[in-house]
Amino acid sequence: MHTGNLDLTLDQITKIEGHATLSLKLRDGKVEELKFSIAEFKRFYTQAVRGKPILAVPQMVARICGTCSNAHLLCSIKTIEASQGIVPSRQTVLLRRLLNNGLIIRDHGLHLYIFSLPDVYQKDSIFDFEDTNPEQHELVHDAFAVKESGNQLAIWSGGRSVHAPSPTIGGFSTFPDESKKKDLIEKLQQARPRVLKLIKIFKDCSFNQIENFSFSGLQSPDYSLLDGDIIAADGGSVVPHDYANYLEHTVIPYSQASGYKFKGNTFMVGALARLNLSRQFLHPKTKIDAADALSVFPSKNIFHNNLAQAIEILHAIDESVDILNGLTILPEKPVTHPVKAGVGVGVIEAPRGTLYHRYEVDEKGIVQKARIIVPTGQNQIAIEQSLLHFVESHSDMEKEQLSFEFEKIVRAFDPCMSCASHFLKLKMT
Amino acid sequence: MRIPSPAHIMNKLRVGWFSFTCCEDSTILFTELLNTHWDAWKDKLEFVNARVLKTNRELKDLDISFVEGAISSEEHVKKLQDIRANSKVLVAIGACAVTAMPSGWRNTFDEKTKQEIQYLVDRFSHLPRVEPLSKFVKVDDVVPGCPMDENTFLAVLNKYIQSSHSGLDPESK
Repeated sequence: MHTGNLDLTLDQITKIEGHATLSLKLRDGKVEELKFSIAEFKRFYTQAVRGKPILAVPQMVARICGTCSNAHLLCSIKTIEASQGIVPSRQTVLLRRLLNNGLIIRDHGLHLYIFSLPDVYQKDSIFDFEDTNPEQHELVHDAFAVKESGNQLAIWSGGRSVHAPSPTIGGFSTFPDESKKKDLIEKLQQARPRVLKLIKIFKDCSFNQIENFSFSGLQSPDYSLLDGDIIAADGGSVVPHDYANYLEHTVIPYSQASGYKFKGNTFMVGALARLNLSRQFLHPKTKIDAADALSVFPSKNIFHNNLAQAIEILHAIDESVDILNGLTILPEKPVTHPVKAGVGVGVIEAPRGTLYHRYEVDEKGIVQKARIIVPTGQNQIAIEQSLLHFVESHSDMEKEQLSFEFEKIVRAFDPCMSCASHFLKLKMT
Repeated sequence: MRIPSPAHIMNKLRVGWFSFTCCEDSTILFTELLNTHWDAWKDKLEFVNARVLKTNRELKDLDISFVEGAISSEEHVKKLQDIRANSKVLVAIGACAVTAMPSGWRNTFDEKTKQEIQYLVDRFSHLPRVEPLSKFVKVDDVVPGCPMDENTFLAVLNKYIQSSHSGLDPESK
């Protein structure tokens, strides 16, 4: 056990998306300094899109983040359509939901199976799971089967699971192959029992850290992650257009990303926030089969973000099977209008939480100004506070164990550093 | 190109997967390729350094390092050179590693925009320009694309898997 003084630096937090670092100084058992820093190098996308035609922007901003690329793509298209007064067809709305569900399954699957499950089984990596242990052997196969079902759903609906080429402003440029729909439904249905097993694992998991954060997220009566108003735990609602007005921007000098508070409070966005606020709107089959796990919500335990993600995978499967069963695809042309000047705001729920894009477009269809606020930026202050609260109550913990616990806490938020670091609000400090 | 050491012939290839400035789209594609290729790879590949997959990592005696992303800082340069020094083969993965774009948007900015972002470039010790890997180290193979082209990646990987089993330099065939 250390003597009350400790210097701990994690220069690469592992099993997360992107690069983050953490440093701690303990003196006489007291925290002198704790810094959680996003270490990705800025790529200045909000500057890069200035002067670009709106047609080019969705594919450009998709490159902000590999794992969240289709969320940025859909949010960007929504933002441009808002600026141009374009209303997409019902078919387009459904195909976009399928693409987003593919992302939810694939991305939550990556986080839960590859990043978080090793912590539950006290392994370094899912590849250390033992072949001779039937449960662990099966979980490795579960990981790949569940991820692959989401991967294939995104490929089918958008043309690719990363930087999908088919979605465009007003609709889709190419359409899914109807003849492959049956196989896709089968793949999703085969993944379902595996996801129920995953839900049980995270329901039974003993990881626990209670935090009094506020929660917020987009809410719609069918748990669509692409539409709705923003609801906060205090009961208030905010129309997406005004969302940024309620966010208090905070410069974190040692981090390459901006932090935010919502209505002045430290808050959390993402699956836990969504389940806390909107679980009543989940798919009916999900509500029945995940009833036991759903009974823990609302929850202030940050590790229940993992459980919430597992439940959202089930919802995405159940909703996708319904949509696919009822969908007959027509090769319709994208909705177009003559280009006009306008300001568009688009807000969706990306896998990790609320994603906000705002563009100012001139009369030639050129973006003059862009602002993008990503979930991990919104969660950054909550992540640092959670780490601080943990070390304050575990200051006598061995360094190695403390490192492990710190990484576990960061992973619970499923942060995405690629997203978080590639924007800036120009505010000198 | 160096030939894999005899100790590694018929053994698993010691693989590293690294990323610098990028969106990690190719890393994501790679994790999706695992869905359908893991059974075939698990007896041939050992991931000894992959931040996305594990905590305990070593940078030593790597047979192949796959490196995604562009180089933005002196610290990146040092890390990249360290990877190169400890890897028999280094493969640049994706457009940013191969060409520095699209991560290098700031290279293309006009003077006014460059001035606007300069305080951040200074604060975080960015290099004057975002650069591809080949600016600083020898690159043995490239897998271009944004994201990487999956078939090219599989062809490159299979080439080294086969050469490790035959003990031959793939380029001598």
